[in-house]
Amino acid sequence: MKILVCISHVPDTTSKINFTEGDTKFDTNGVQFVINPNDEFGLTRAMWFKEKQGASVDVVNVGEADTEPTLRKALAIGADNAIRVNTPATDGFQVAKELAKVAQDGGYDLIIAGRESIDYNGGMVPGMLAKLIKANFVNTCVSLEVEGDKATAIREIDGGKETLTANLPLVIGGQKGLVEESDLKIPNMRGIMMARKKPLNVVEPVGADAKTKAEKFAKPAPKGEVKLVDKDNLDELIDLLHNDAKAI
Amino acid sequence: MSVLVYTESENGKFKKAAFEAASYAKGIADQLGTSVTAVSINAEDDASLGQYGVSKVLKVSNDKLAKFNADAYADVLTQAAKNEDAKAVVLSQTANDKYLAPVLAVNLEAGYASNIVALPESTEPFTVKRTAFTNKAFNFSSISSEVKILGISKNAYGLKENETDANVEDFSPSLDESDFSVNVESVDKATNKVTIADAEIVVSGGRGLKGPENWGMIEDLADTLGAATACSKPVSDMGWRPHSEHVGQTGKPVAANLYIAIGISGAIQHLAGINASKYKVVINNDPEAPFFKAADYGVVGDAFEVVPQLTEKLKEFKANNS
Ligand SMILES: Cc1cc2nc3c(=O)[nH]c(=O)nc-3n(C[C@H](O)[C@H](O)[C@H](O)COP(=O)(O)OP(=O)(O)OC[C@H]3O[C@@H](n4cnc5c(N)ncnc54)[C@H](O)[C@@H]3O)c2cc1C
Ligand SMILES: Nc1ncnc2c1ncn2[C@@H]1O[C@H](COP(=O)(O)O)[C@@H](O)[C@H]1O
Repeated sequence: MKILVCISHVPDTTSKINFTEGDTKFDTNGVQFVINPNDEFGLTRAMWFKEKQGASVDVVNVGEADTEPTLRKALAIGADNAIRVNTPATDGFQVAKELAKVAQDGGYDLIIAGRESIDYNGGMVPGMLAKLIKANFVNTCVSLEVEGDKATAIREIDGGKETLTANLPLVIGGQKGLVEESDLKIPNMRGIMMARKKPLNVVEPVGADAKTKAEKFAKPAPKGEVKLVDKDNLDELIDLLHNDAKAI
Repeated sequence: MSVLVYTESENGKFKKAAFEAASYAKGIADQLGTSVTAVSINAEDDASLGQYGVSKVLKVSNDKLAKFNADAYADVLTQAAKNEDAKAVVLSQTANDKYLAPVLAVNLEAGYASNIVALPESTEPFTVKRTAFTNKAFNFSSISSEVKILGISKNAYGLKENETDANVEDFSPSLDESDFSVNVESVDKATNKVTIADAEIVVSGGRGLKGPENWGMIEDLADTLGAATACSKPVSDMGWRPHSEHVGQTGKPVAANLYIAIGISGAIQHLAGINASKYKVVINNDPEAPFFKAADYGVVGDAFEVVPQLTEKLKEFKANNS
């Protein structure tokens, strides 16, 4: 089985979010970038397929040279090859079209992406990619098994789960559940050393157009002081929730 | 020209998110000087959409669509959008709508903006306000394609009544076998429980509750309020509660009217996922817990004392106010 894992390069979850140039650009100053958490679950599931069922695992990112450390980390976790499409990621449609080219050239059976990136929270690249390459698609995927050319996936729905089957090629939008938190691998020294020697191929973009553009940013208004209620006077809390917030 | 809205239903009944999407679609239609057409699939009370400004309903009745299928539903919407010459297609952000929206975007060669929280600032260029960085910021995005796909966050724009006569027409799109190449084998959904996605109130517990055996008081409080239950990430990682209850940046997003956090410290990754909730209450025995900086109301105290008392008092309150 040939697996492609799409990796988006995002600010670490603890990052302070600030903007520069008149609130038009994300301020990367002092920000640590990581593999998007949803992609990390997917990558770990891909490693499981590699170990248990035999598979090759490529990772891909659409981005400029500054994303290479993130791809190297994916190689250190155990991916075989990395591909970087040499163009800035501007919107979901553009990224999906660039990935479609990589997917078609590589003839992958399974493409694992994340439910969403935690930076722009687009939640669109895997679905667009699947439709562009006419592959099957399962979103919010929390479990995936493959036998022969048939996949069984579990998808999270609002308030429950749904079991789906589909033939390969398949694209998933994955998340926690694909593997457990405790299964996530921290690259060890050997993995890091090996990753240096693994191929990281830079390919030129097809030059897809974006259909959306992030024009500017804003931060939420600062929160007012919390209203503290004495633990021996919970009637006051009920009163506040009923009369002030009108929430009960 | 028109604005199309997909109004999701379950067991024949429209979801609240569908009425919110319809309300938003009416707002856009007013800006563009046109009217709203809704697409309903196997719903019953189609005329009720008129209350939120829908003037035409394309009613699809088809047993093949009894179970949600992203490709098939996207195909229905694609045909409807073309028939109606839709300039914008409005969706909510339920799990199903998030699944079908990107597929629809490719079908219509349309730009898609998700997590929208307000009407467009301008329609030329077409610029919408959406959340980004998991609620740590807002992002104003312009959409340049001819057709625009708009995903509206829950509880952000809200319901806006706009009494209109809705004209219901039967609509029979042609479906292709390839629409059903992903097969739904089974659906496992508790019907008697309020879900985090639909809930107005969410009661959430953290590591401060010490162990799964103590969740009875969380459930009692949630039952009293008609609320859904949720938890912090370590609680689901340790297996005290199912993964489906994990909320936060890497879990489910919560955009409830009221979020009650019990024994949760308020880590940045937790807050990011629940910040879109309108009112937040924290109950924690450590007055220094960061959650107090993010909450509207707080109680400093031991959850094991405060929560049962609060539940009792709420029961009394409910008895006197119903
Ligand atoms: C990449 C990444 C992603 C993450 N994503 C998420 C996410 O999506 N969601 C999430 O929740 N976390 C997430 N986290 C974890 C997050 O950083 C915190 O570790 C987590 O939220 C803490 O959970 P907690 O508040 O339940 O536990 P703790 O931080 O241990 O807090 C327990 C709280 O309970 C209080 N307490 C103790 N006893 C009592 C009592 N008797 N009565 C009342 N209060 C009491 C304590 O004062 C304390 O404030 C993520 C972390 C990382 C690194
Ligand atoms: N620039 C990118 N390069 C490679 N994969 C990406 C990129 N952006 C998004 N993805 C993939 O698409 C998923 C969803 O991203 P998004 O639609 O941007 O929320 C991510 O979890 C990644 O798997």
